Amino acid sequence: MYATQTTTIAPEPMMPFPAVIKHIQEEAPGVTTYALEFEDTAVRQNYAFQPGQFNMLYLPGIGEAAISISSDPAQPETLLHTIRLAGNVTQAIARLDVGDVIGVRGPYGSAWPVAHARGLDVIIVAGGIGLPPLRPAIYHIIRHRQEYGQVTVLVGAREPVDLMFPGEYDAWREQEIEVLPTVDRADDSWEGRVGVVPMLFYSLRPDARKTIIFTCGPEIMMRFVVYEALARRIPKERIYLSLERNMKCAIGFCGHCQFGPVFLCKEGPVLSYNQIEPFFSVEEF
Amino acid sequence: MIPNIPPLNAHVVIDKPALQTLFDALQTAGYTLVGPTIREEAIVYDEIGRIEELPIGWTDEQGPGHYRLHERGDGRYFGYIVGPHSWKKYLYPARLTLFQVRKKGKSFAVKTGEEPPPKYAFIGARGCELAAIGVQDRVFLEGPIQAATYKARREHAFILAVNCTEPGETCFCVSMNSGPRCDSGFDLALTELDDVFLLQVGSQIGAEMLAESGWRPAGAFELSHARRLLAEAETQMGRTLETRDLPNLLYDNLEHPRWDDVAERCLSCMNCTMVCPTCFCAEVEDVSDLTGENTARVRVWDSCFNPDYFSYVHGGNLRPSTRARYRQWLTHKLASWIDQFGTSGCVGCGRCITWCPVGIDLTEEVAAIRGEG
Repeated sequence: MYATQTTTIAPEPMMPFPAVIKHIQEEAPGVTTYALEFEDTAVRQNYAFQPGQFNMLYLPGIGEAAISISSDPAQPETLLHTIRLAGNVTQAIARLDVGDVIGVRGPYGSAWPVAHARGLDVIIVAGGIGLPPLRPAIYHIIRHRQEYGQVTVLVGAREPVDLMFPGEYDAWREQEIEVLPTVDRADDSWEGRVGVVPMLFYSLRPDARKTIIFTCGPEIMMRFVVYEALARRIPKERIYLSLERNMKCAIGFCGHCQFGPVFLCKEGPVLSYNQIEPFFSVEEF
Repeated sequence: MIPNIPPLNAHVVIDKPALQTLFDALQTAGYTLVGPTIREEAIVYDEIGRIEELPIGWTDEQGPGHYRLHERGDGRYFGYIVGPHSWKKYLYPARLTLFQVRKKGKSFAVKTGEEPPPKYAFIGARGCELAAIGVQDRVFLEGPIQAATYKARREHAFILAVNCTEPGETCFCVSMNSGPRCDSGFDLALTELDDVFLLQVGSQIGAEMLAESGWRPAGAFELSHARRLLAEAETQMGRTLETRDLPNLLYDNLEHPRWDDVAERCLSCMNCTMVCPTCFCAEVEDVSDLTGENTARVRVWDSCFNPDYFSYVHGGNLRPSTRARYRQWLTHKLASWIDQFGTSGCVGCGRCITWCPVGIDLTEEVAAIRGEG
């Protein structure tokens, strides 16, 4: 019997739940944010996530893709997913309109250690599409601003038009968050910094005793972030990275997302540098 | 009449043809029997019903990249080593529909579950194979999320194990501590003697299936004969694998020149991962009907040797070289598996050596990295 999805414990853990597209927002060329709400009231009300976690988005007949949640964890009824057009699934999602339905299951994976970061200075380093998985952590920090010390967001993009969420930077600054954007290639409109993101460390004076780093972006960028952080004596166990692989099952059964001993869908995607150091610099590992 | 059932943990003896009464009892109890049988010049696992379908009198000579059937010249039922199949074919099928999706306007409905899940009796599981099932149990049942389809098959499976007295040229279960004796995890464990089968009763249902077999308690001669055969088997392993500090050996040698050497020989053909009884990597595909209204989510075995296997969400191959793929496979099997699941991913069955078309032998590769090659 076909039945509408209910909230009883799924006999098959990879079963998706229908969610309606409530809103679509273009962020940058090829990057769009979709606001999703579960159709089923009980599923919607029982859903909760932590900053940095991801969902599997599903289109029947097309397939699934792992997409991080880019919205405020305090408002889990509406889930934002900021998606870059890349593969089959994301290109099919790009053809959808408000009111269409996407299958969603999750949340999966580890989170930014926002509790562990209490009382510390936080440096958030994002490159390109790396900012969406970090935005829930920024929202969390804003909601609990007094619990954190200095908070800095270093954000980079190839060109000004590629910057993620530039319209929010002033609102973050009002919450005493320093936001330093940079671009690889400037245009006439750009009056900010030019250069790769890790270079922004040169304008900071982090206190190594009480600084924690969250970074997400291209692996090459994260390598240099780690390099700059270590050069400033920030300990490995306070450098957190979000690693990305093409996850298929998201529950540790399919093997695709292995990184050394780690299943990135379970122990990751957010890991501390000391956990991955032995493998991070091995080519093709 | 009170059924004639042996006590739990008893050792009993049945005449060889009486194995059919056990097959009959299992079928009456609703089991689908799967066991060794000859197909296309190999001993494979398939559905069987009669003892005549077993490879009676046959054995399978094995070596690196080598597998040949031979007549033994005797009437042994279980006088072979292990073929290319393993029980994961049934517990974790190569292709399985996880659920079906039907479009409903703009939304969709999901239908799950097989009705009823298959109920298998495995005939002739060796010690290495019981160990492999134990490894997959850890992967699919002992984490935070259980694999529903695996669980349904595993819970209902009946296991007739066979103590292995026929280790082959590519076997090294003694190194992996997984055989040749079957210690636990079976309903019945059989040792084939010259004229009779010695059976150890491992479960109540195992005992009940012997009701019509004409069993009698095993005598001292039969027990000592079985013990001697197993002791001999332990000394006849064709291979050994030194497991001392193996994870660190591999982690510390991720840039060892041996990876380049093996990459020269490896065809990246995936045979080793297909025949491995513990390899569990899978892909999930959508299969739609012509209307596009109905879609099945189908899980298919995948392999870390597949060029498309490791990629980023946004595309890009992570391991373009065979060197990196073989290194991934071996370090996962022998090192990171232990970190992930508390057990090695290798049970020493030797299938990956036998079925490698160029005869790559993981025990040799490890020895070379250890500096003993």
